Amino acid sequence: MSITQSFMLAVKSLAASKMRAFLTMLGIVIGVAAVIALVSLMNGMSSLIVSSFEDMGMNNIMVSFTPRGGNREIKPEDMQKFCDDREDLYFGMTPTLNIMGATVKQGTVNSNTSSVVGVSELYDEINGKAVEQGTFLTYVDVENRMRNCVIGTYVRDYFFDGDAIGKTIKINGYPFCVTGVLEESAGGEQSSADDTILIPYTVASKIAFTRVSNYTVAAKDNEHVEEAKKELQKYLFNELGDEDMYTIITMQEAANIVDDILGKMSMVLVGIAGISLLVGGIGIMNIMLVSVTERTREIGIRKALGATPWDILSQFVVEAITTSAIGGVVGIFFGVFLARMLGNMVGLRAVISASAILISVSVSAGIGIAFGYFPAKKAAKLNPIDALRYD
Amino acid sequence: MIEFRDIYKIYNEGEAENEVRAVDGISFFIGRGEFVGIVGASGSGKSTCMNIIGCLDVPTRGQYLLNGTDVSTMSEKQLAHVRNRELGFVFQQYNLIPKLTILENVELPLLYKGIGQSERRELSFRALEKVGLADRVKKYPAQLSGGQQQRASIARALAGNPPVILADEPTGALDSKTGRDILEFIKKLNEEDGTTIVLITHDPSIAEECPRVLKIHDGKIIDDIRKQDIK
Ligand SMILES: Nc1ncnc2c1ncn2[C@@H]1O[C@H](COP(=O)(O)OP(=O)(O)OP(=O)(O)O)[C@@H](O)[C@H]1O
Ligand SMILES: [Mg+2]
Repeated sequence: MSITQSFMLAVKSLAASKMRAFLTMLGIVIGVAAVIALVSLMNGMSSLIVSSFEDMGMNNIMVSFTPRGGNREIKPEDMQKFCDDREDLYFGMTPTLNIMGATVKQGTVNSNTSSVVGVSELYDEINGKAVEQGTFLTYVDVENRMRNCVIGTYVRDYFFDGDAIGKTIKINGYPFCVTGVLEESAGGEQSSADDTILIPYTVASKIAFTRVSNYTVAAKDNEHVEEAKKELQKYLFNELGDEDMYTIITMQEAANIVDDILGKMSMVLVGIAGISLLVGGIGIMNIMLVSVTERTREIGIRKALGATPWDILSQFVVEAITTSAIGGVVGIFFGVFLARMLGNMVGLRAVISASAILISVSVSAGIGIAFGYFPAKKAAKLNPIDALRYD
Repeated sequence: MIEFRDIYKIYNEGEAENEVRAVDGISFFIGRGEFVGIVGASGSGKSTCMNIIGCLDVPTRGQYLLNGTDVSTMSEKQLAHVRNRELGFVFQQYNLIPKLTILENVELPLLYKGIGQSERRELSFRALEKVGLADRVKKYPAQLSGGQQQRASIARALAGNPPVILADEPTGALDSKTGRDILEFIKKLNEEDGTTIVLITHDPSIAEECPRVLKIHDGKIIDDIRKQDIK
């Protein structure tokens, strides 16, 4: 008997008990759909994260100092000079001095979610930001400790109706003049990147009574990041003589770490989804065993009429494979649909990967073979007379 | 062509009380084209004998030669081959597959023989025509009467045109008129096509018609009557 004949037989037998076939397939459908949806959403998430890293500037190197109370320290001027001396390697640097728990006030209105950060005039270019109104902080602002600020769209909309340029807001009691508004980058939400006020770091350091301990140094271009990092490391070690006093990490390294974590997370999720595939497979095995038992007499008749063990084996294996293959195909469509729908709900663009589809389909077909084989083997080994007498 | 050499079928051998000697040392030879009836009381071992002849069951001891080959030396696959091509089995309980139509049931042995779809249809249809069921091919077994089902199972046995037909009480469940029709049909097969027939029956009037009758009692042959001998 040929495979096509076995296949026709399988389809016929599945059609004869549609409800049961459907329920058996459901396990595979859910398993395959879960794997595809999860992988697609994880892919979407990681490409989102990677692209937001890229927005932040993949040439950047983050430096932070650990206060140790040593007698040697690196001041912003030192960092500035270091960068200026190696223009072949560095584009520039900006300190980032976060003023913790700053109170921001305009008239009688208060905001305590806004983050207030002291930066240099290069901050916008280094971090790929731009102003949509007014101008960014200038060298003069920084040098002369001008109380000027650039605000995010949330801050603008929170305090002002429409135009904010030239208006005044108070930070920790000090009045600041708004000179620019940043382009919206995070949907204008509270506590997001748009809920930010940027001021000259020289001013920030003064009103917060803290030293600058974080810097973002930008390499000249992508190829120079590693060398820039090494040079910076060398410089810092020479100056401070203690590796524990600072940490340096490039944006690329940070992106790799996040990518790695995401990869592991998606492995875990796929593993969990894989369990549902396994459960689906056990469902198939269970149904096949029932089916073999139920059809013992039929198997006996077929054997009496000349079916070889291979004929019987292939009949049941093909039936199992057909069940799981149909389930697999339905699962693909369902999984793609699910990924799209969930992606839309959480605002992620699901990235459907061919490998996820390939893997889950081959796994579901494999399950069909593996879990269909044992019941089928059992059927093939039945002694004809015992099978015929079975009730 | 069918030869039993001291065949035994013993269930639960060695367990003093439970031991059943269903076939207790039987030897015979059935030649090509013979028409043999097997008679005997219920439980005497007729079906057991028949199942061994049909390669559905294996003897506990003894040699069964089919066309000169010892069946016990054959592989599962070869046995399937023999059941498919050499033998046609007609069961007392019809044994049609309920989910398949009459035509599909009759097609089964041809399917396992590897015959293509259209030829299979053709041969099955002709076999059903012979037994007078041409107008019932699309029906399912449950939609037919007992006699019609038995005729369908005969059609299935002869569709592949096997040299031997084994029938275990083919008329047992039928009224005497229908039983007679079926017997006439089987006789015709034997006379016209030279098919070897082995038939189990309880009905003395049917046994009467058989040119040769084997009488079995308690798993032993107690009589082997050939009509020609009497004539
Ligand atoms: N699987 C089995 N286990 C134990 N004993 C069995 C088994 N199968 C058959 N027997 C016994 O073997 C004996 C012969 O049975 P068999 O079916 O051959 O009788 P039979 O001549 O066909 O009877 P009937 O005319 O009623 O069909 C019986 O006594 C039966 O109980
Ligand atoms: Mg019997």
